[in-house]
Amino acid sequence: MKGYRKYFLNKMIWFSITLVCAFVLNFILPRLMPGDPVALITARAVRGMSSQSGIQEVYNQYAELFGTNKPMLEQFFLYVRNVIRGDFGTSLSQYPRSVADILNSSIWWTIALQFPAIIVGWLIGNTLGALAAYLKGGVDKVLLPVSIFVSNLPAFGTAIILLVIFGVGLKWFPTSGGYGFDLIPNFSYAFIWSVIVHYQLPFWSVVLIAIGGWAIGMRSMSIYELNADYVKYSRFMGIKDRKIIGYVFRNAMLPQITGLALSIGTMVSGAIVAEIIFSYPGLGSTILTAVRGQDYPLISATTLLITLMVLSANFFIEIIYGFIDPRIKAAQAD
Amino acid sequence: MKHTLQQVFRSGKFVVGFSIFMAILLIVIVYPLIIPDPPLAIIGQGTFFEPGIYVSVYDSIGSPTYTLNLDDAAAKRIGTKLGDQERLDMKEWLLAYEIPENEIDITDTEKLLELWVNNYDPKLRLEGMTNAKRQYYVRLNDSLKGILATEGAIIAEKNPETGALEETGVVQQTDYVNISQVPNVRVLPLGTDNFGRDMLTELVSATGTSLKVGFIAGTIATLIGLALGLLAGYLGGLVDDIIMFFTNLFTVIPSFVILILIMFSIGQEYRGAITVAVVIGLTSWYWTTRAVRAQVISLRNRDHVNLSKLSGHSIIHIIITDILPYIASYVVMALILQISQGILSEAFLSFLGLGPRTTEVPTLGLMMQWAMIYSAHLLGKWWAYFPVIIVIALITFSMNLMNTGLDQVFNPTLRD
Repeated sequence: MKGYRKYFLNKMIWFSITLVCAFVLNFILPRLMPGDPVALITARAVRGMSSQSGIQEVYNQYAELFGTNKPMLEQFFLYVRNVIRGDFGTSLSQYPRSVADILNSSIWWTIALQFPAIIVGWLIGNTLGALAAYLKGGVDKVLLPVSIFVSNLPAFGTAIILLVIFGVGLKWFPTSGGYGFDLIPNFSYAFIWSVIVHYQLPFWSVVLIAIGGWAIGMRSMSIYELNADYVKYSRFMGIKDRKIIGYVFRNAMLPQITGLALSIGTMVSGAIVAEIIFSYPGLGSTILTAVRGQDYPLISATTLLITLMVLSANFFIEIIYGFIDPRIKAAQAD
Repeated sequence: MKHTLQQVFRSGKFVVGFSIFMAILLIVIVYPLIIPDPPLAIIGQGTFFEPGIYVSVYDSIGSPTYTLNLDDAAAKRIGTKLGDQERLDMKEWLLAYEIPENEIDITDTEKLLELWVNNYDPKLRLEGMTNAKRQYYVRLNDSLKGILATEGAIIAEKNPETGALEETGVVQQTDYVNISQVPNVRVLPLGTDNFGRDMLTELVSATGTSLKVGFIAGTIATLIGLALGLLAGYLGGLVDDIIMFFTNLFTVIPSFVILILIMFSIGQEYRGAITVAVVIGLTSWYWTTRAVRAQVISLRNRDHVNLSKLSGHSIIHIIITDILPYIASYVVMALILQISQGILSEAFLSFLGLGPRTTEVPTLGLMMQWAMIYSAHLLGKWWAYFPVIIVIALITFSMNLMNTGLDQVFNPTLRD
């Protein structure tokens, strides 16, 4: 257990350092850039205004609001204090809603969409990959090229094709939104059914995007393990095939679990694209409206939130991984 | 070197990927030489013209005419205006007008039209019919006028003195023109986009730009990754610790978040295609650094490197002659992946509206973005987005194939 505590502490420290760095980057990047974001916002707000002093007044007001007229270090501590309080300021494009309010209403859609989709995609992909490695022949010959091609379609490509086929062509599922536009969120049967129906297309597009990559990875890992010496040795020993396969796939799974952790970052971006295409009311659509409306506080808060989600997901998976893989504890105990 | 190349080209996967990629590259280079139109020229007035051959109506009137007596010409002419759907709609109206159903025969064109002309009244408001539906019937009625006529259409010219119309010719229904004798024919194999630009020309140009973006981004990322990986791996110690700190940091912080932040801060007017490429390159070097470092560490204590050290060669000399050749194959593979990743990143950014500014060059991502903004996918304008998706998929597919092919050549354990 001593080894595990050391591992946990190590990961904890690393998590904190990354978090601080991500936080600083999120703060400093927009301020390092050549364009002055406050000037950008002012230009938008004063469209049609001709009085120079009036424009200057608006600029000063925004500078005061964002605190850009204070020294950098003070701004930073102000920012830290506000973020810890959960105060991300006021949205510009959806004025007077607060950024925290917008994020609070969208993040649950994203989590509800992503996590099941990531897990289902991972399970299906790994099962297919393992099957392809074990059965070889027909399944492998058909499955693999298809998986490679599907996983090479850009994320938005898969989503659009699904939308056109099942939403526009066959009209099985609605094409946009998280629930019927004529409904108000409540716990009625009609609303829940509407949510379920709207959920299908974004969900399966995220799953489809993920399957190919997992299948390919699992296939090559399994082939590698199936040819390993211990498998041959076990066969000579007369151990039952089923038992050997159990060993093989357990070993082949380990890198896939790491892969799951490492690729959550890219998965988030894949889900963002799917959300945008299906106008799903999650973080992806929030980013899009923020970019289109040049909503500076909203973008900054959304990216911070996504980073936080990715970092914590990575952290938790690494902690769980420490339990699953005995080699990690062993390495720490040395 | 020659032997390696021979081996590489014997790998089936690599050859297929390479051929697809070269074909795309060839089209990008050759197409503008044959059709030198500016890719962003707006030629169509209106959005999303369907793919097809566009013949100038004005010129075809002036072209020499030929008489062809074809049996099915009249049926085809009626068919385009009076399809199955229109016939059913007419029946619906007539039924609503309380014509008995057994009198309506939608398969007999003449009878149906006679019934229609005798009964239809555009001013009439039928019970329970929406306004949109009523307008539809007015349009349908207009389009049906003169559908059964057998005489030709008269061409008239305005007399400049009296202002009266004077007949100058008649276009018979059996008149045809030879398309090669019509001076103005424009083929739009992929139609036009939402601005009225020729999709194919734009697509080819966009592919070129996207490849360039991918190439610049990939090269920058690979060079930085290679340099840092070599330094970290070969020097070790403090340099290694510092470099690995940043590398680990950036592998955990999702790079698309950093991309979004930077791109948004740069502002629309400063974002050229090259700027976007450079920023993508600067935010995607970490994987290469990690992998190169791992390889260099395994090479660092090999005998030939130690021998070189003993002979008093400089670090640069050792890296170039004793280490680089061993990791060259890996670096090439990383470059290929980085290029395809760069193209995808550009598409992703443009999709969010953070791509290059839209007035100068088309890119695949920008084309996608405009198709989405004008909801081409909901309107069924497949030519506005589907070819773009296919091109992106072909590029990344070909690059992945090349990569797997190379992998199998250089890592014998992976061969089947």
